Order: sequence, then structure tokens, then C-alpha cells
Amino acid sequence: MLVALGESPWEGLTSLASGAFGSGDRIAATMVKATPLILVGAGISIAFRTSVVNIGGEGQIVAGALLSTFVALAIPDVPRVLLVPIVMLAGLVGGGIAGAIPGALKAYTSVNEILSTIMLNIIMLQFMNFLLRGPLIDPLEVEAGTRIPQTERLSDNAALPTLIPGSRLHLGVVIALFAAAAAWLLLWRTPLGFRLRAVGHSPAAARAAGIKVKRHVTYALSISGSLGGLAGAILVFGSESQRMVTDGSTAGFTGSAGFNGIVTALFGGLHPLWTIPSAVLFGGLLTGATNLQRVLQVPAALAVALNGIVVIFVVSSNRVRSALEAMIQSRSEFNSTSPTDEPEPETFIEEVKQA
Amino acid sequence: MSQFFTLGVMVTVVASGIRLATPYLLASLGETIGQRSGVLNLGVDGIMLLAAFGAYYAALKTGNLWLAVLVALGTGLFVGIIYALITVSLHAAQGISGIGIFLFGLGFSDLLFQVWVGTPLPIPRKLPALAIPGLSDIPYVGDALFRHNLMTYGAFLLVPAVMFLLQRTTFGMNVRAVGENPQAADSLGVSVERTRFVAILLGSSAAGLAGASLVLQGGIFQANLTNGLGFIAIAIVYFGAWRPLGAMVGSLLYGLVQASVVQLKVQGTIPRGASDLAAMAPAIITILALVFLAGRVKAPAALTRPFARH
Amino acid sequence: MITQNRTWYRLLALLFGFALLAAACGGSDETEAGDDTTASTADGEAMSEEEMAAMDDGPLTVAVVAPSSKEDLAFTQSMVDALNALDRDIDLQITDGTFVVEDAAAAIRGYAEDGVEVIVAHGTQYGGSLAEIAPDFPDTTFIWGTATDTQGLDNVFAYYPAADEGGYVNGILAAGLSTSGQLGVIGPIEAGDAVAYIVGFQNGAESKGAEVSVVYTGSFGDVALAAETATAHLANGADVLTGTAQMVVGAVGVANDAGVPWFGTQANQTALAPDIVVASQVYHWEVVLEEMLALRDSGTIGGQAFEVNLTNGGLVIEFNDGFDLPAELKAEAEATIAGIIDGSISTGA
Repeated sequence: MLVALGESPWEGLTSLASGAFGSGDRIAATMVKATPLILVGAGISIAFRTSVVNIGGEGQIVAGALLSTFVALAIPDVPRVLLVPIVMLAGLVGGGIAGAIPGALKAYTSVNEILSTIMLNIIMLQFMNFLLRGPLIDPLEVEAGTRIPQTERLSDNAALPTLIPGSRLHLGVVIALFAAAAAWLLLWRTPLGFRLRAVGHSPAAARAAGIKVKRHVTYALSISGSLGGLAGAILVFGSESQRMVTDGSTAGFTGSAGFNGIVTALFGGLHPLWTIPSAVLFGGLLTGATNLQRVLQVPAALAVALNGIVVIFVVSSNRVRSALEAMIQSRSEFNSTSPTDEPEPETFIEEVKQA
Repeated sequence: MSQFFTLGVMVTVVASGIRLATPYLLASLGETIGQRSGVLNLGVDGIMLLAAFGAYYAALKTGNLWLAVLVALGTGLFVGIIYALITVSLHAAQGISGIGIFLFGLGFSDLLFQVWVGTPLPIPRKLPALAIPGLSDIPYVGDALFRHNLMTYGAFLLVPAVMFLLQRTTFGMNVRAVGENPQAADSLGVSVERTRFVAILLGSSAAGLAGASLVLQGGIFQANLTNGLGFIAIAIVYFGAWRPLGAMVGSLLYGLVQASVVQLKVQGTIPRGASDLAAMAPAIITILALVFLAGRVKAPAALTRPFARH
Repeated sequence: MITQNRTWYRLLALLFGFALLAAACGGSDETEAGDDTTASTADGEAMSEEEMAAMDDGPLTVAVVAPSSKEDLAFTQSMVDALNALDRDIDLQITDGTFVVEDAAAAIRGYAEDGVEVIVAHGTQYGGSLAEIAPDFPDTTFIWGTATDTQGLDNVFAYYPAADEGGYVNGILAAGLSTSGQLGVIGPIEAGDAVAYIVGFQNGAESKGAEVSVVYTGSFGDVALAAETATAHLANGADVLTGTAQMVVGAVGVANDAGVPWFGTQANQTALAPDIVVASQVYHWEVVLEEMLALRDSGTIGGQAFEVNLTNGGLVIEFNDGFDLPAELKAEAEATIAGIIDGSISTGA
């Protein structure tokens, strides 16, 4: 593709790689970019493991960001040691609410969650525009007449501290890592996690075992949403500008983390811990692409297209590989290292559900 | 409010709602076929974008609208083949493959647009509205229903066609069987792979047409032209409970609510400060309608499950 | 654990797949990149201060970071055209389509680290990030807009269009062309400099007794919705339309089909519909850019805000010669422009 645009592919690759991992700052940028992907990915893992599809990441990120922004505006003078946890908590709650709605709708009124999460993305977009243009807008924007939909600079007491002075690497990265670990613990080391996975395996069997299926479906989407909401809060309080700002679209604020997080989760095999390396790679691809555009002057759209091709290529190559393996195996019976294929995530869910 | 319920305004709203519903209807009909065969294609939006660019480029360079539709159809078919190869032949997970197609379409259509076209010039001509002789002369009804363009008529004619296809043809029976119980269908000698392959191609071609309808009605292409329309179409499939008629009701509901909101804004009934809140209406009403009206219909049992013979 | 092996395989395949793609995907498309502004400086190596000093005689290095495409016939293109229209030799790099604010911030910082001398942050929404970045690069000139002040930073120049002025003139013209006395406006979301234009338009039209209905569709991208909004305006009796932002092309199409006059802003929209576009308000940023760069030459690298307006020629109302505008209306428009310039007319914005 780069060749088609009249650029050297090697130069493209190197500038992409150096843009993603070339220096301390770049690595920091990549980690910061990976942060929302880790969180959304971990949340998606929990939802999918409970056999609930969550396409509402965009809306949940926005919901968390809005609530945390609102809290920071309401109580700006609380000391930093308290305010930072408070706004992060607000993010969790905001995203949790946005997740609980489609969760409850699915559980108690049988409204399919794919439909409701898609619709909720649209609703949250407009709600964000309404708030950032109206009640929450920076008074200076009104005064100056520029009227950009953004809040005023939020309290420094809510800002996520940077880990290494002078770099962009902030506490949000650590929070995301802990959240991913917590998600793993929750799924595999707690009774709640066991029940969630049981519901994911077979709602009927879970019900027979006395698990309240409806409630757990709601839990799953709420937890998933709250992790997205936490990502939203981190996007606001870890941003360069220390404020919530959009261009009138959700992607303008989230950078499409709600969608990219799904891809991240599926690459990580729906395992919260494995979404971390997966997110770092995707984060690298995204920051690298920004660099690519700057250095080689190729349109930014290239990066999005490449993202898509990579996804397609990887899912299919995975399959080609296992097909090949199966073929080799059937020819040589000695090959005892059987692939014991872990099924692809969605197949996995569905197949187990059938069991 | 009273102003809203004058006949003239109602006619405008209905006509406008039908126009807005056209791309939703085309895409959701196609996705209905695919899902009935057990394939969830989340890439609809990407296919629409690629096809829309194809149609735009063809129309811009040649001025030939038929060619534009054909290019869109071909683009849809082509991307459909890729998607079918991945998900059916290679048994890859449908959800992630679809998102891959979506991202690819989103980026690649924009890339081609920037490299090949650049400046957003309108196509030389758009699809003209065709008044149906006789019917279009019926007072009010004629203006609301029978003065649309060919794509719109075509979309609504596709509804009975898809119903017939799914309910009355062997292929349709195969599609439903494969979507409900692929193992059983397979043991009865129905090729699961071939059936799903064709169902996907029909769906992606319809998505291609939906992309073309956007361009041929609006006359322009730009980055992310669909604005998430393909995802709404998927939601409409769920709304319509996997029935062509349901997809039509869902598309019309969404389009009519959008058109009503526009009309109420123009009349000043909806104050300007609340314009974003009003823009939520189609989404909220779709959810509420489903909560109160239906929602108990079971999805095709094998939806999203790749099938491999063991 | 097998899960983990699989995952590693997946991640490796991801990298590998990308490498393959970047390397092998070429050739399929015709190279038509020749006609854009690609290549030029490319290498992107950071220059040391010494090199910079040595290069003083070479072209001025300028970079633009902007939210939409550089050929959008609107906001971003107006800046790119302006930079290319400058009287001096510049070496221009563009990062366009960065509507995600954090990505734009990364690009701005990247250019600064590369030693680019002048960086144009072409988007009001970039301001918050710029306030954090600019102090880190005290020798770099940042040009930011649209913005009415420099946020107290002395290496930032700000620029702002008095879009209400052109809106007012268009409003006067629109009211004059309307027979029904009803005008329709299609906006995206009620934010940014769209608002200034629309307020000016409304005030201008209302000063001539016309009624104006303003609709914000809630989206920058929904062309179909913009088109239906235009249709609804027409159904409610409006017979002259205007609108802002990229989705208005849908509305322009409706106006074209109905043969209803249209007024443009941000760029000359005549090409979109040569028969019905009456006039467009066009931004000529080069007027203030020249001033900024002259200041920079004399050692002032920022700290001032500039407005483009009808007076300094940064805003120009470009009439479409293909539209048969009655002579007395055109005269009235010109009188209005003169009035705004000499201060006898207030746009009320």
C-alpha cells in the first residue's frame, strides 16, 4: 500500500516502528494509547465470557468521562490524594450505569444487547454534545465566541500524576494494568467470576445450579461498562489538555477505543491479562501511524485501513495455520503434539454454551 | 405542535422518512438473510463505505448512474467474497472478522478518496425522483409514497422478494435450516458452507446497494460517509426479529422519527438548545418500541457459530 | 498453558502480517499521488540547533496539524491554500485528518521535537493541548486558531475569523432574494465558528425583515440528514438556504434540485452547484500569516492575536458570476461590506 502511494515501504516500517517504540517518549505515548484499550479489552473479556456481546464501548467511555468530569467540576478543591481516586471512581460508576442499562434490558426485557449497545452509543454521543455545548462548556469559550465543545481546564487536583517527570507516562497506565489483573482475578478467582463464566457456558445449567442468570447478565455488562468508563476518566485526566474535549463525534474523544478494544480483547483470547500485550501492540500501531503520517505524509486513513487488514489477516492466518496443522497431523500419526486447539473466542463461547 | 399535524407537513415528513429509511432497509434486509443463515456480519458499515466510494467514483468519472450502482454491487460482492472466505471457508470468528472488514472499509474508502479524488465534488447527476403514473396523482398519498427514486422503490420491492426467498424457495429453507441447526442440515445433505457463502454474498451485495443509495441520493462522498449507519442497520435486524417485514418496520420507524425530529426543529417546536437531545430520539424510541412491543423472538440458534464438519 | 502459546502466536502474526502488508501490498493501485503535496522534506530527522542556524537561508520549515482533509474545500484547505499563497519560500508538512485531539497533540509535539520552525495548530480544540506543549519549546513559533487569544503564551500567535461579518452580508443578500421572507439555515452542532457565521446571517436577514429558521442536525457527517433538513426547510416555505460544515453538500444538492439560492462559507462553494450558489464567504489567512511571520523575523515569535475580517481583506465575499444577482442587491451587499468596514453597521454578534 505504501508503495502504491509512492513511498518506500521500508522507510514506512521503520518510521512506524520508531514512532511506536523508538524512544522513551514514544514508548510512553504507546503505553498511554494502549491504556484505554487494555481497560475496554478487559471489560469486553468479562462480557464475552458471560456470553454477552458489548459493542457499546464508545458510549460507556463517554459516560465515564462525563460523570468524572462533572465530579471534578463540582468539587475541584478536594486534595489530590482524594480527588484522583474519586474521579476514577466516578468514571467507573458512569460507565457502569451505561453498561447496566443494556444489561438490564437484555436480562429483564429480552432486548438484544447488540441493538441496545449500538443505540446507546448514539444516545451517549448526543448527550455528550448536549452537555459539552451547554451546561458543562468552558465559560471562556462562550465569552470568546469560539464555542468549542469542551470543558474548562479541570482541577489540577484531579490530574493523574506522571510516573516519570517530563514524560507523558501517567498513573492511568498503572491503573489499567491493575484493572486488567483485577478482571482476571474476578473471573477466575472469585465466586462471582465463577458464576459469570457459568452463565456464559450455559445459562440453563447455571439456572439449574441456582445462579440468578438475569442478575449476572446485568452484572457482566455493568462491570464491562465500568471498565470502559474508567478508560473515559483516564482519557480526561491523563490528557495533555486536562479537560474533556470533542469535535462533535465520539471518536473525536475516544479515538475509537470502544471498537479497537473489542479487537484487542479478541486478540488477547478474551483473557484480561493477555489483552495487555495485545493492547500495547495496537497502541504501538496507532502511535506509529501518527508518526508515519507526519514523516512520510501519507493519509492517516492508511493506518485505519491497515488496522483492518491486520485483523483480517491474523484471524485468517490463524485458521490457515490450524488447517495446515490438521492436514500434517492426519498424514503423520506420530505427531503427538496435537494442537489441542483452543477454539476461537466466539466459537468457544458458543460451543461451550451448547455443551 | 398543531402545525406539525397539517397534511402538507405530514406528507413531507413521510416522504423524507422513507428516503432516510432506504439505506437502512437495504442494508438490514441483506443482513437479515445473512443472520438467518447463522452469520453475523459486523462489517456492513465498512462494505457500505467501500461500495459508496465505488459508486461515487464511477458516477463522478462517467456520469453513468447505472454503472455506479453496478460498481457498488460489485464492490459489495467482492468484499462479501473475502468475508465469506474468512468466516465460512476458514471458520474464523465472525465478530472480529466483521470488525476487521469495518475498519478496513472505513480506512480504505477514505484513503482511495483522498488519493484518487481529494476534493469533494458532487457527482454530475443524482437519481431523479420518479413519479409513478396514476398513483402519484392521489392527493397527499401520491406525494408521500409515489415520488421517490428507483433505489427507494427497489428497496421496498426487495421486502416481499426476500420474504419469498426465505419462505418459499429451497434456498431459503436451506438458509433457515443452516441458521437453526447446521449439523442437522448437513446430515440432510445441505451444504452448510455453500448456503452460508451465498447468503453472505446476498447480504453484502445489499449492503453495497445501501452504500450506492447514500451516494446517489446525496451526490457526494466523504470520509466515514455512513456515520455508523451500517451498525444501526444491524440493530434494526434485531429489532425486526430476523424478518424482512420487521426490518422494514424498523427502518421506517428509524427514518420517520429522524424526519419528524428534523421537521419539529425546522418549525422551532424543538428549541435549539435541545437539538442534541432530540437527535437521541430515534435510538431511544427504537429501544422503547422493542421493550414494549416485542423482543421475545429467538435468534437463529446457530448465529455467530462457525460450522466445521467433524 | 496452551492459551498463552496461542496468544503469542496471534501477536507475532499481527506483527508479521503488518510487515508483510507494508512491504508487499504495493503495485495494486495506480500511483496518483503525484498531484498532492507529498514527499518534500520527508526524512523527518530531528535537526540540531546548529543545523537549523546553518539553514537560515533555506526555506522556512512549517507544519500544519488540522482536523479534516487538506482538500476538504473548507476549513483545512483554507489554511493549506493560505500557506501556499505566502510570498516566501516555505517547506510545508501537513498532518491532516487528526480529529482526535490527543493524536493532534502528539503530532504537534512531534513536529516541535523535529525542529520545525513554525507549527500551525489549525483547530480551536487543540488549544488545551497547546497550552501544555508550547512552553516546552520556547524557540518554536506556534500558530493556533481559530482562537481569539494566545492563552498568555508568548510563542503562540492566534487567529480568528470575524465570520459574523460575512454571515451578515450573506443574510442581507438572502433576505433580498427571498420572496417568501423565510430563510433556512443548516448547521452541524451548535459549536465552533459555525455559530458566529449563523448568528451574523440571522441578524443580517432579520434586519431586512426576513424570518430565519436555524437547525443544527447534531452531526458533522450525516449528509442525508442535512439534505432532509434542507427539504424540510423548503416544505415550510423557506426559499433561500445557507449552512456550514462539511455535511452541507447534501443540503446544497437539495437546493440545487429545487433551484433555490444558496450561500456558502469557509470556502468558495460555487463548484458544488454553479447555478444556485450566490456568494461565499472565503477565508484568506495569508493576510495575517504574513504579519505573524514578519513579526517572527523581527524577533517576536508570538504573543499576539489576529483577526481576519472584511477590513483587512482576510475575509472576502466571493460572488458567483454564474448567478444572476440583481444589480441593486449586489450594490446593497457592497454598501453593507463598506458599512461593516467603516463601523457604521454592527453585525450584532
